[in-house]
Amino acid sequence: MAITLTEPAAERVKAFLESRGKGVGLRLGVKTMGCSGMSYVLEFVDDINPEDEVFEHAGVKVIVDPKSLVYLDGTELDYTKEGLNEGFKFNNPKEKAACGCGESFTV
Amino acid sequence: MALIQIAEPGESTTAHQHRLAVGIDLGTTNSLVASVRSGEVSTLPDSDGNHLLPSIVHYAETDVHVGLSAQQYSVSDPLNTIISVKRLMGHGVEDVSIEDAHYSYVFAESESSVPKIKTRSGDVSAVQVSAEILKTLKKRAIETLGDEFEGAVITVPAYFDDAQRQATKDAAKLANIKVLRLLNEPTAAAVAYGLDTGNEGIIAVYDLGGGTFDISILRLNKGIFEVLATGGNSSLGGDDFDYEISQWIIAQSGITNADEPAVKRLLMQQARIAKESLAEKNSVEISINTDADSWLGTLDREQLTELLTPLVKKTLMSCRRALRDAEVENESINEVVMVGGSTRTLIVREMVAEFFECQPLTSINPDTVVATGAALQADVLVGNKPDDEMLLLDVIPLSLGIETMGGLVEKVIHRNTAIPVAKAQDFTTYKDGQTAMAVHVLQGDRELVTDCRSLARFELRGFPPQVAGAARIRVTFQVDADGLLIVSAREENSGVEASVDVKPSYGLSDNEIENMLRDSMEHAEDDMHARSLREQQVEADRVLEALDSALATDGEQLLSQQELDQIKTVQQVLVDVKNDADIAKIEQSIKQLEKACEDYVARRMNSNIKSAMQGHLIEEYSSDAMSKEEES
Repeated sequence: MAITLTEPAAERVKAFLESRGKGVGLRLGVKTMGCSGMSYVLEFVDDINPEDEVFEHAGVKVIVDPKSLVYLDGTELDYTKEGLNEGFKFNNPKEKAACGCGESFTV
Repeated sequence: MALIQIAEPGESTTAHQHRLAVGIDLGTTNSLVASVRSGEVSTLPDSDGNHLLPSIVHYAETDVHVGLSAQQYSVSDPLNTIISVKRLMGHGVEDVSIEDAHYSYVFAESESSVPKIKTRSGDVSAVQVSAEILKTLKKRAIETLGDEFEGAVITVPAYFDDAQRQATKDAAKLANIKVLRLLNEPTAAAVAYGLDTGNEGIIAVYDLGGGTFDISILRLNKGIFEVLATGGNSSLGGDDFDYEISQWIIAQSGITNADEPAVKRLLMQQARIAKESLAEKNSVEISINTDADSWLGTLDREQLTELLTPLVKKTLMSCRRALRDAEVENESINEVVMVGGSTRTLIVREMVAEFFECQPLTSINPDTVVATGAALQADVLVGNKPDDEMLLLDVIPLSLGIETMGGLVEKVIHRNTAIPVAKAQDFTTYKDGQTAMAVHVLQGDRELVTDCRSLARFELRGFPPQVAGAARIRVTFQVDADGLLIVSAREENSGVEASVDVKPSYGLSDNEIENMLRDSMEHAEDDMHARSLREQQVEADRVLEALDSALATDGEQLLSQQELDQIKTVQQVLVDVKNDADIAKIEQSIKQLEKACEDYVARRMNSNIKSAMQGHLIEEYSSDAMSKEEES
């Protein structure tokens, strides 16, 4: 069971956390909604819940709740630029299909 | 696969519910768009990495260029290249000629009151040109954010009047941008500096942009901004610095063809480059090469200081006035925020620091600080923050009121009132049997209609005829968060209503607003005199009117010929003096006439009561007072 970050993603997360001034890490998760069933959650974390799994990778704490981990195991979080747009990208081996816009997915 | 941004804990938006919003600083010289992503505000660059979009539009043979690609034509094709278009926003044709020294394009002869600029792709208005700039920013935002955005907060100078705000909204509409809100530039700057999270205090925002100067005095109280006062000069900015320097170059070099548009542009460009270099260097070389002349000279900081000091002093005069309006002293200002590229000029920083006796805040890039604040505000407005973390209060720049008898202005909302605001005031009829009332909406701080600006007129018609003073007409003024006005009138006894959305007629420059404010202070005493004179004259008219109508009904029955003549003589005295400018005399004559009529008035009262009671028994009246009246 593991979640990893690419080098650029780790750098960005560190930079964001630093400029935010608080927060212990980054939460990855899934929510059951969106047109293909699931959507990703990406949030700053101020408090770690007791049931959370914590992965430390490239100097960044990645926090995942056990329910989400089932869907996210093996995911690599990347940070990319597409044209002028830039942001985070979930490379999830379990993802079978995504809706047209890619905001939601099925496993 | 869509790209994802990090959200605050518990605030992840669900798929397809991303709420993107942008802040747009639509500037005179440069425009910018900014947005909040992953909890951080950043201005959005174009594909070459440029954040600033020069507010320049070039109309080419087949298409329209905006920004840097348009800038290159400003010297070679000045007639089709439009710069500083913001100065024209909401202005009428008649305002344009005053300032045309700065314009190097040609205005079209047009029937409409909105000035149109002649270009090779037809005549265009300032709104259309601004829309081109907004379209470019919109395209950039969509490419950067990877999605459509919900709306935008667009900033305007605090001094913009209703017409200019409306023009800005019109431009956004043309560019297909939903305006979440118009926000005053200085207010946005204070937000960008995060002053909303700081201590309580009074903040001055000194905004010297390319073409406009704004000073705002804000009070911060429990994280809420209240704009105490605004002031400024809408035709003073970096352009004027450049103009001043270009004049110096002309004087030094003896260039003869400085009137040609291309040369004018070249001089302004060289002046700007010199000014910007002097922020870092002590002296700079200027070289001018035109077809006819060439010149090489040196400008140093000392010379620049000498050239610019009068202009900076002008801004400080506005500061002093704003402080007076806000009723605060220089020393009670806690922070001074510097906004606008022109505040990079050292002499500006020095003189401002000296004036406010405190070191101004300059840590955020003065070019992007306004867009940054607008983006933060936009983020709140689309609901990305839990509850309204920021509530910004703005003020109206000039008082709003309506015309009353005698050409006087009754102010309903006073200037520097925080908006949004709604205020109602009751008015009544002046003549017996009056069934309609004209409502004339005015803007300004003078006492007489002729000295104020007419915004709109409408009529309230069809309420039942009543004696003068019996109708109750409630006039409500409502100013929304963008500073736009709706006036409604309602006759309370009958419920008849009418209202008007003030689509302000274009045609008042910010300069004039400032002049109007200055005039209202300078003419305060004259105005007071004029007001009381008009009031006495109106009162005299009212008395004469009432007397005439009374005499016509029962004058001959109740008065002997001698008494009638006596009253008429005194009445004539009032008719004669009422057009003199002597308030005391009119007042005295009114009193004399009232005295002369005392007897007559008493007799009328009795006869009225008598006719009302004729044929009734005293027992029918329960009140003692009434029966006593009857006996007398």
